[in-house]
Amino acid sequence: MNDLKKNNGGGDIVINLEHIGMIYKTGSINYEALKDINLTIYKGEFFSIMGASGSGKSTMMNILGCLDKPTSGKYFLEGMDVSKLDKDQLAEIRNKKIGFVFQGFNLIQRLSVIENVELPLFYAGIPHKEAVIEAKDALRLVDIDENKENNFPNQISGGEQQRVAIARAIVHNASIIMADEPTGNLDSVRSSELMSFFKKINEERNVTIILVTHEPVVAAFAKKHIIVKDGHIVND
Amino acid sequence: MKFPILLDIQSAFKTFTRNKARSFLTTLGIIIGVASVIATVSIGQGASASVQNAINALGSNLLIILPGSSNIGGVKTGFGELSTLTLKDAKAIRKLPAVKTDSANIRMNEQVIWRGNNWATSIMGSSSTFPVIKNWPVTNGAFFNSQQVNTAANVAIIGSTVATQLFGLMNPVGHIVLIHNVPFKIIGELKTIGFNAFGQDQDDIVIIPITTMMEKVAGISWINIIMVSAKSKQDTLSAQNEITALLRQRHHIPPHKPSDFYVRNLTQIAQTAGSSAQIFTILLAAVAAVSLLVGGIGIMNIMLVSVTERTKEIGIRMAVGAKKNDILKQFLIESSVLSLFGGILGIGLGIGISDLISIITPLKTILTIEPIIISIIFSVGVGVFFGFYPAYKASNLNPVEALRYE
Repeated sequence: MNDLKKNNGGGDIVINLEHIGMIYKTGSINYEALKDINLTIYKGEFFSIMGASGSGKSTMMNILGCLDKPTSGKYFLEGMDVSKLDKDQLAEIRNKKIGFVFQGFNLIQRLSVIENVELPLFYAGIPHKEAVIEAKDALRLVDIDENKENNFPNQISGGEQQRVAIARAIVHNASIIMADEPTGNLDSVRSSELMSFFKKINEERNVTIILVTHEPVVAAFAKKHIIVKDGHIVND
Repeated sequence: MKFPILLDIQSAFKTFTRNKARSFLTTLGIIIGVASVIATVSIGQGASASVQNAINALGSNLLIILPGSSNIGGVKTGFGELSTLTLKDAKAIRKLPAVKTDSANIRMNEQVIWRGNNWATSIMGSSSTFPVIKNWPVTNGAFFNSQQVNTAANVAIIGSTVATQLFGLMNPVGHIVLIHNVPFKIIGELKTIGFNAFGQDQDDIVIIPITTMMEKVAGISWINIIMVSAKSKQDTLSAQNEITALLRQRHHIPPHKPSDFYVRNLTQIAQTAGSSAQIFTILLAAVAAVSLLVGGIGIMNIMLVSVTERTKEIGIRMAVGAKKNDILKQFLIESSVLSLFGGILGIGLGIGISDLISIITPLKTILTIEPIIISIIFSVGVGVFFGFYPAYKASNLNPVEALRYE
């Protein structure tokens, strides 16, 4: 831990997990997905979580992304205990602090590119005019041209769709981006192109990036790595 | 968390325009429901109005007094066979507080002769108040006045059918006709009013003063019928009671004996007919409202399908910060906009049907603003009510599971 602090110049702690456990109950069978996880992530870190499927990395991602609550332990996000918040409070945390990039892009097909990017601002209650300006800025940052703004997701390429997803993740100035297998549906050229955008955002905006992947090439973009196996962190 | 509801509505519209056929079919139930409500209410209102017209055509707040039937050795005659009503009864009735005016009548069939022509018609002896009571004016010449009634003048008012039969296209006013071998001068012609509800030609009539009728034509001292006009529609019932009491007293009828006359309140009869038309309308509208309800269930069904189909979208919205209420609101607005849209189309269709009925059937439908406003409110209500369950289901999805949904 001391080494980590040194490496980050003693920066602010963004995420702190204390003895996090997650048990899924299906009927009478209890499945322990996470066991006593302790983890600290600092502001501006580019962090990768690797692990085989079933290792518990998706569960960890869901907890870190405030999509799910742990069954035990404490989760401090920017110093605030979020492990006991209700659904709506978690929604607000996700809206303000966390941006998601998923493997399957997860853009809403019947909304245009710019409308997808505006969505977090819409739920934050930001006036439409302002939201349009911010969405345009975010799209420029990931090199999406103005002439593609009004296209629907199925009218642009997979690489572009994933960049739109990045724009949506950063548009509300999230302090953390959760990227769950973001290159899973892309070829190697598009993958490294996409990863360079993550790198750019991490370096220019000091946004903490948590990358879940099973590809070492992709994980190599991150500066720190952990491996999850059977609900434990095996390599910190 | 405030943002303009317009954006939600706009987004709801986008959803529908992307699936036009399904949106239309979904709202079809609402369209048909609202259209049938509008159409049936307009039919009902049209029917009520025609009943109202029929009431007015009867005469103004009319009551009819007929002599009772006689019972000779168990054989009952019909109404009007007794000679119990007299002109003095009519005069006494005129003074009652709820009565505006009256007209005593005798009716009999006689041959009317003018030069070489003759025509069998109904001769009626009446009072000078007849045109007022029956709402039946004279269009050519004038009706006889009370002076002419008092002096039993030989004057006659002719109905248009009789005029045509005797005089053709000539003006009958001023000519002398013979009735029962008594000469009468025609001083007026009644407005043509055509057939009554029973197919009787009402214009086939000659009217002479009641006194002349009694003294010179029929030779009787009693009268067949007294028509009474009450002061107002509300007064018809009290007029009926006053007349009954007065005539019983005048005819010295002990309390336990039946009256020797009948008082018929035509306004009341007509009002009863009017209110049954209203009940009929309510029943029809209720059946139409059931189809609106079925339309609402159709909306619920499609909204449930839509929630399932869009589970992923809901998950994405939740991931970027949508709260339960945001999702609830989104789906409620969608179902309301859908049913409002159906309601508006339904109103258009209903107005069309109502107009069509006016054109192809004798019934004149009447459209008012109330059923239209109620239909709009009701259809939005249906959308909110039947949209609530699907919307609630959507808002309670778990974001992790919703995102995983393919």
